[in-house]
Amino acid sequence: MIAYIVRRILYVVPILILVNLLTFWLFFAVNTPDDMARLQLGVRRVTQEAVDKWKAEHGYDKPMLYNGAAQGFGRVTDTIFYEKSVRLFVFDFGNADDGRSIRNAILTRMWPSLAVQLPVFLVGLAVYISFALLMAFFRATYVDFWGVILCVAMMSISTLFYIIGGQYVFSKVWNLVPISGYSPGLDAFKFLALPVAIGTFAGIGSGARWYRTIFLEEMGKDYVRTARAKGLSEATVMFRHVLHNGMIPILTGAVVVIPTLFMGALIMESFFGIPGLGSYTIDAIQAQDFSIVRSMVFLGSVLYILGLLLTDISYTLVDPRVRLE
Amino acid sequence: MPVVLWTDALVFALFAAIGAYFVHVRRQPHLRAPWRRVTQSAPGMSALVVVAAFVAVGLLDSLHYRPALERKPGQEAAYSTEVLSVFDAVAGPLRAHRERTYSAPFATRTFARETLEVPGPDGTLRQVREFPRLAFGGAHLKDEAERGRDVLLGVLEGLGFALLLWCVFAAAVWRGVARRATPVPWRAILITAGVLLALAGPAVSLCADYHIFGTDKVGRDVFYLALKSIRTGLVIGTLTTLVVLPFAVALGIMAGYFRGLIDDLIQLVYTTINSIPAVLLIAAAVLIAQVALDRHPDLAPTAVQRADLRLLVLCAILGLTGWIGLARLLRGEALKLRELEYIQAAHAFGVRNARVIARHILPNVMHIVLISLVMDFSGLVLAEAVLSYIGVGVDPSMISFGTMINQARLEMSREPVVWWSLAAAFVFMFVLVLEANLFADAVRDAFDPRVRVGAAATA
Repeated sequence: MIAYIVRRILYVVPILILVNLLTFWLFFAVNTPDDMARLQLGVRRVTQEAVDKWKAEHGYDKPMLYNGAAQGFGRVTDTIFYEKSVRLFVFDFGNADDGRSIRNAILTRMWPSLAVQLPVFLVGLAVYISFALLMAFFRATYVDFWGVILCVAMMSISTLFYIIGGQYVFSKVWNLVPISGYSPGLDAFKFLALPVAIGTFAGIGSGARWYRTIFLEEMGKDYVRTARAKGLSEATVMFRHVLHNGMIPILTGAVVVIPTLFMGALIMESFFGIPGLGSYTIDAIQAQDFSIVRSMVFLGSVLYILGLLLTDISYTLVDPRVRLE
Repeated sequence: MPVVLWTDALVFALFAAIGAYFVHVRRQPHLRAPWRRVTQSAPGMSALVVVAAFVAVGLLDSLHYRPALERKPGQEAAYSTEVLSVFDAVAGPLRAHRERTYSAPFATRTFARETLEVPGPDGTLRQVREFPRLAFGGAHLKDEAERGRDVLLGVLEGLGFALLLWCVFAAAVWRGVARRATPVPWRAILITAGVLLALAGPAVSLCADYHIFGTDKVGRDVFYLALKSIRTGLVIGTLTTLVVLPFAVALGIMAGYFRGLIDDLIQLVYTTINSIPAVLLIAAAVLIAQVALDRHPDLAPTAVQRADLRLLVLCAILGLTGWIGLARLLRGEALKLRELEYIQAAHAFGVRNARVIARHILPNVMHIVLISLVMDFSGLVLAEAVLSYIGVGVDPSMISFGTMINQARLEMSREPVVWWSLAAAFVFMFVLVLEANLFADAVRDAFDPRVRVGAAATA
């Protein structure tokens, strides 16, 4: 088991190196620091001095890969690649364009993100599985048919409309919760209730439909026929057999998103004014702050890969048929 | 003077390719059978009717030209700098009827009070705050009290035309199929077409005189904006497949067929791309493309071309991040197929790998490719709205569902509420995506062998 995990972790290293090289190439080679400076300072009529000053202030006034002017290790370390890309490996994200530490921002902003995303994830899982079970139980009846149609209709509505509509009805017309904002501690509940409800609701269509197919696939298997042949009631077959076995693909499929819950929900956070990583990222994209976008790309991929790792491990724990070779 | 934008050329090339595919399908019995099952699905065919109407609007909107200016005698022909589409010409009044600011659907007066100068009884000008009449909405009415009657007449006129068209269509269908029993659900098709015509007829007959969905902040007709958005959605949903297809098919099949080092490398590449959060990757790529466009203004001299190029770049980027799911499916299928007897027989006969892939693997995974492409369409239309909201979608000057929602999102907090822009974007987008989803489901049910096995087992 430990050897397996170690091997999986070793497999992660080349992926992270590739992600790092890819972001370096995207952010520095395709787009030189001069371009970045011009973008920040306004595209036209910028003097070279202003560009050089901006680059010096933000640490972009170094050679890309190799610094011939420096001594010893400095030839490699005193470069943009080392300063801006290699340092990401130790989670040293540097400063944003406004001079504040990105690392501190991430550490404080990940908790509000998690406070929205974790309830959405847990409540969502429970709701989707319940709806999927209901449709699978009444398969090939009107309940199932209209359930699927409803799911398709709900999938066809953009998240933006769920958010705008929810805010309008619950905050503006009925005045139940504040329209946006956030406060730490127990007070957070009233700010979080609506985003969590909308986040769950918006996912019902695709979630329930997807889990329904998993349950239906499971119900076509031989053990289900055996269970029915033994004379078990349909409810027992559903809840004792199909649900238990269907949970394996559902849970292992869900594990992959757990680490990325920290990254927050982009749209939701910006609509509800939640100071999480999602709104941080959107603000950075809109302000064209490349250093934050770069850091979030790296952080996001680290968390995703962590999720893959957890998926592999959870497979081996849940499903005894999976062997570690 | 015709203007061919990049996306226009590619959209028409794509439709030509789809046409060629259908000619090919007609000759192949094994491909004809699943498509025949699609034509027998009532939800699928009703959805197709609606999608076809949307596609027609989108295609008309993809034929661009620059209108000729009035020519003085002895002068060379001159053309306007403005690029219009055939759709703009058809919907001429919609585009031209521009108010100054917000007005509600079917309104004859503006939404907000304005200060007007009216001559008083003694002849001097007085300033009054009131709702002035609109420049175009209901401007033909002498007395505003007649609006209800006028709208009703317009609706009846539209319904009359719709009924006439529907009867022609129904008669054509009846003549074609009356003699023999047909498995094609003509009743569902006729009902859908009837509903569609009943909605479109009054809309067409009223939209010249009223703003049937109101006007937006700068006075543009919202109905026109919603119709123009269709093309953007269609372009994004279809052109992205041009990028997805080669990557997914080539890399997915190669990984599964050759295994070993090639498989490892391809898996490494797609795990890397997949590990980067999609929105961030798209955002980064779009920001970079923006800088590149700023640096090379000669690539796109006019604003329309610039917006068009940006749309194309967005499609390319969505494609580059979107091929992974399909590639994975194809890799798995190729892994399974390469162990089958007929492939081993081909190897034993000394058939080269390239030929085995082209003759034996590719035709056997095409149903997966087709299902996946059709299913992806609606997701891409939805993604466009979200990306445009974040500011990394289409050019802000391009009319799309995303830009409509983005501009309208603060209107819900106004007092009184300006709801019509959002409502129009919602209705059009919902119908387009819903029908695309229903059609995709019909295609999947017809092509996916697993679905039929499952249906037989559970029925």
